[in-house]
Amino acid sequence: MVTRRTLLQGSAAILAAPALISRANAQSKFDWQQCKGQTVVVTMSKNPRADTLQKYQKEFEALTGIKVDSEQMPEQQQRSKAILELSTGRPSFDVLHYSLHVSKRIIGQGKWLEDLRPYVANAALTAPDFDFTDFSPSSRTTATQPDGRMDSLPLESDFWLIYVNKKLFADKGIKMPTTFDEMLTAARALTDKSSQTYGFVGRGLRNANVPVWTNFLLGQNQETITPDAHTLLTDTPQAIAAAEMYKSIMRDSAPPGVVGFNWNECQTSFMQGKVAMWMDGVGFTPPLVDKTKSKIADQVGFVTMPAGPTGHGCSVFTDAVGVTSQSKVKNAAYLYCQWATGKQMLLNMVRAGGGASPRLSTYQDQGLMANSPFGQEWLGTLLASAKIARSGLPEIIPVNEFRDTFGVALTNMIGGADAATELKKATENFKPILEKSLQG
Amino acid sequence: MSHAATTVVPASNAAARPSSRNYARSYWLFILPAGIVVAAVIVFPWIFTLFMSLQDFHVGGAMRFVGLANYERMLSDDRFIWAIIRTFYFTALAVIFPTLIGVAAAVCFNKHFPLRGLARTIFILPMMATPVAIALVWTMMFHPQLGVLNYLLTSVGLPPSTWVYDSATVIPTLVMVETWQWTPLIMLIVLGGLASLPQDPYEAAALDGASGWQAFRHITLPLVWPFIMVALVLRAVDALKAFDTIFVITGGGPGTSSETLNLYLYQEAFSYYDIGYASAIVVVFFILIMAVTLVLMGTRKKAKAA
Repeated sequence: MVTRRTLLQGSAAILAAPALISRANAQSKFDWQQCKGQTVVVTMSKNPRADTLQKYQKEFEALTGIKVDSEQMPEQQQRSKAILELSTGRPSFDVLHYSLHVSKRIIGQGKWLEDLRPYVANAALTAPDFDFTDFSPSSRTTATQPDGRMDSLPLESDFWLIYVNKKLFADKGIKMPTTFDEMLTAARALTDKSSQTYGFVGRGLRNANVPVWTNFLLGQNQETITPDAHTLLTDTPQAIAAAEMYKSIMRDSAPPGVVGFNWNECQTSFMQGKVAMWMDGVGFTPPLVDKTKSKIADQVGFVTMPAGPTGHGCSVFTDAVGVTSQSKVKNAAYLYCQWATGKQMLLNMVRAGGGASPRLSTYQDQGLMANSPFGQEWLGTLLASAKIARSGLPEIIPVNEFRDTFGVALTNMIGGADAATELKKATENFKPILEKSLQG
Repeated sequence: MSHAATTVVPASNAAARPSSRNYARSYWLFILPAGIVVAAVIVFPWIFTLFMSLQDFHVGGAMRFVGLANYERMLSDDRFIWAIIRTFYFTALAVIFPTLIGVAAAVCFNKHFPLRGLARTIFILPMMATPVAIALVWTMMFHPQLGVLNYLLTSVGLPPSTWVYDSATVIPTLVMVETWQWTPLIMLIVLGGLASLPQDPYEAAALDGASGWQAFRHITLPLVWPFIMVALVLRAVDALKAFDTIFVITGGGPGTSSETLNLYLYQEAFSYYDIGYASAIVVVFFILIMAVTLVLMGTRKKAKAA
């Protein structure tokens, strides 16, 4: 029996056919098999993006005839391993998947990855439907070094937002916060220490905690460093006000021991229904809405980062892929990067909840949320976040020292230390490190 | 046979041998492979580390000779000084507790009782587990809200603890994990010592009317002391260079409150990529470990001589 749904589906398929055929023709003109028989070694940080790439890896191998040898490592270990290998001049991999907010500048300084501009401009190497202009201008800027070299292709943008437990809000009749003041008030109201339920959780662990503070700082319409990356803005009245907010919410409304919490402890507390709000990156969504892992899979809500007194922003962290300068199979490695950041793969990544796509076309795709466990609320929050996203960490070489130095200051604040004193001390400690890095 | 062989050698030949054939020279060939390996994996890295400790070198940057500047920097580096203090604090606790419990356990397991073999096997299980794996399990158990340890505490009416999530309790908690894992090693070493003790002194003491405690204090302890010292040296060196458990459970936090020297030098080398300074810390760390080991070995010699 032909149902109305079957008819509609059939009609849609007929209407879509010309587009599909045109796309297939465009694809067929491009020689994906030009590096057939070569092997590309890929090193990746362990995260949902890497999972998606590995899941579809066989499709790439079938398309190109290139064999992919990929590995995932915990990000802390992968970051240092990759940098040390690159610095030796003989890395064991051809493609590097890395976090721009951590390693961009040190990789740029060493010129360890290929400048991909000539590759993108080369019609023999880049498929016509790759459409580089489809990447958002901000993601292209982020993937470009200060000297103009674009040594990676953006893979994912991780926007920070607030995960909420809707049931806890509904039980107390509290509305979702739109400003940081409302968030602090709601967090206090939702905290019930007798039942071990807390209004808020965020990273307290040194180093990991800095982005929580910088999100509050964006609400003061300020970043941590001047645009030329030469002068610290970490002890200004705005920075201190943001730190006071961090201190207040972490001391008053977060679980005991939060000073040692990284994202995984926060996630565990939130998934067990013990916390009303969790501030972190959108890439952590999948387990929250997975009924086999989360007790509150049906109660998870997504709220755009609240506005501060003088600004409204959320921090964004970008992952990228690049081709090592020492690779002996550069073209094959570039084909892999092109495939990984192509329209279809980024669509797959967003559908898997691995984060936000840097491509504009991803969000115009009608089937984006079909059968997705995340829903329109998640997508709406993601799109709203994209409009207010700003850098959450300074783009400098000693970014790890920055995170450690200010991370210690923030943990001290959770212990009760004065925010202004801690920030001034951290700024003084970090200044010589920054100055030395600028001297090269 | 051998007697015949020695008597048939003419006296003149025997007298000439030492001057005409120097066997010692040909023996060098035999130790050459081992010598090359030692030079490649121990001597060269050490000389290279010493060389790097005199340089200002960040990964990706230029290398510049700075003499002893890296060592001077340590004197004004609070984080380094606190890391040393924490290292000794952690080591002291991580040696004392496993030793006390390990010796007590060895004395117990030296007695005959039903299912002794099974009990011994269960006791040494923690030592056989992979440190990273057990560190991950402990991390889950320490979770202040959802960990099983706080559940147990509150079940018996005790207040919950923040375990490794508090600067005040983090090192004692890490010592607890170390004690759990490495007490069996002390027990095994001391148990070996106890098994080798003669029975005569105990029989004589029993005839003289010595109590169990007196026999332990005046016979067992002095005789088994050299074994305890060996266990102490091994445990102290192990605790000084503890890394995996601390790295996985706390990463040196909260703040830097569990950051030992090992973790600090890891941060300098592999997070800040400051290879010159990290090499200088390695040199100082090596000297510290050598000093502690020599002191303990000296004490052991004295105990043996006494």
